[in-house]
Amino acid sequence: MDEFLQSLIRGLGTGSIYSLLALGFVIIYKSTQVISFAQPAFMLAGAVLVSYLAPVVSFFGAVLVAAVVIAVLALGVERTVLRPMVGKPVFVVAIITIGVDVVVRVVTNAFIGLDVRQVGDPWGLTTMSFLGAEVQQRYLVMIGTTAVVTTALFLFFRYSRIGLAMRAVAYDQEVALAQGISVGSVFALSWALAGGLAALAGVFVATGAGVDQQLWIVALKALPAIILGGLESLGGAVVGGLAVGIVESFFGTYQGDFAPWLGPNFALVAPYALMLLVLLVRPYGLFGKKEVERL
Amino acid sequence: MAVVNVLEVIDIRLAFEGVIAVDGVSFEVGESELFAIIGPNGAGKTSIFNVLSGVYRPQQGTVRFNGDDLIGRRPHRIAALGLSRTFQNIELFSHLTVVDNLMLGRHNHMRYGPLSAFLWLGRARSEELKNRSAVEDVIDFLELEQWRRFPVGLLPYGVQKRVELGRALAMDPRLLLLDEPVAGMNVEETEDMARFILDVREELNIPMIMVEHDMGLVMDLADRVMVMDFGRPIRTGTPAEVQADPDVIRAYLGEQHRSVTT
Repeated sequence: MDEFLQSLIRGLGTGSIYSLLALGFVIIYKSTQVISFAQPAFMLAGAVLVSYLAPVVSFFGAVLVAAVVIAVLALGVERTVLRPMVGKPVFVVAIITIGVDVVVRVVTNAFIGLDVRQVGDPWGLTTMSFLGAEVQQRYLVMIGTTAVVTTALFLFFRYSRIGLAMRAVAYDQEVALAQGISVGSVFALSWALAGGLAALAGVFVATGAGVDQQLWIVALKALPAIILGGLESLGGAVVGGLAVGIVESFFGTYQGDFAPWLGPNFALVAPYALMLLVLLVRPYGLFGKKEVERL
Repeated sequence: MAVVNVLEVIDIRLAFEGVIAVDGVSFEVGESELFAIIGPNGAGKTSIFNVLSGVYRPQQGTVRFNGDDLIGRRPHRIAALGLSRTFQNIELFSHLTVVDNLMLGRHNHMRYGPLSAFLWLGRARSEELKNRSAVEDVIDFLELEQWRRFPVGLLPYGVQKRVELGRALAMDPRLLLLDEPVAGMNVEETEDMARFILDVREELNIPMIMVEHDMGLVMDLADRVMVMDFGRPIRTGTPAEVQADPDVIRAYLGEQHRSVTT
């Protein structure tokens, strides 16, 4: 039972990271119809920034500053690199985001070097007792923070004029323009939000483990998450992310006992296997729209 | 007292590659005037609307709206200046509720930014409340009370047309463009819409330009009518003048219409 609870919390914790990343993908996709592959780089840059700032302004201050800085960076990338491409085929734009990803990562790597940098988080690998099981504090922090952030996002989209404008742009840009909504600002804000979320996700990945040049690979787990949830569903992104985390965690815990013939480290593959299964049944994702166009 | 014109359109010419959509169109709309544009399909009526609202940029001509030159401005800037429109085929956000659609019309009446939205500071809250009550006035005005919370995609066609008018009114426009407000409506719905258009004019004093094929409605409501054919204006005048013009009869109204009306 303890093992089960530990796996669940670990799964939800890492799942929160995937959810934050997936939300960024979905927010950008909904407003611009482009899948941005720059998310891994923003995630890495956020974690590295925190590793430099934490000694100066404390860990929490550093997270706040890094989220804002990466949001502004993402906004700048949208303004300068992607804005001229509005109206071009989405495939071309998606490839450009891969270019952005590479550039940002190469620059960031120069600040990492060959070390593993620490972000200076107060949790590390310390555990605490939770419902009778010993679980790592950091996972509980991740779950709690993600819950607060996603709730704030949902309220923002539901009730604020800007959130409403973003939903309108996702539905029909021309008509949104006729209501006086600046579609350009909505694009920029989507990128900024996605950047901030990626930075936060990057910090979470680095807590207890540190930042090295390979950290960005974690962001790829957001892809099965958004495929699971459906590309245009914010709720789907959160659920998809958590599902990927849990599947990964449970396979890690139990697969060795119950299905050793799958080989070691099958947990890493499990999210993708789950994605394939879902695609067979619901090609548009669990919460997606049926007529969605795939890249 | 000189007549003040809300809108002045001078010698607009719009072509797509070789196809001339609008050519040599000039007109003006006075304050609280209801100006109608009629003509056969493809005459360039909706193209004029798209020029006014900034979707198309004409090769030649001037559009002045309350003293501001509109040519070259982006559509959302023009909307922010107070020019709002409805569309020929309903262009509502069909998955959003009536209230949300109308709140989108209030977008430019609220100024708070993303940060205050997230923190839900006093300013964001008070602006939302104030504009929500402005939306309620529009709902009241157009008798949409019972539909308030419905996603507009589920509403009957005539009601959707009314919601679209409501969204345009929610912007507190200084000029309203109506693109075929009664297209596809039955007699009863048409009469309802005509009543609302008259209310807009008499109670809200908003000048309007209306594109419409329903000649009965145009001749009843409009102060002046411009008749277009193949992108060119062939006559502008009062409904009575236009109806008696032989060129207009040949191009659009037809012989039978004259025998009925004269």
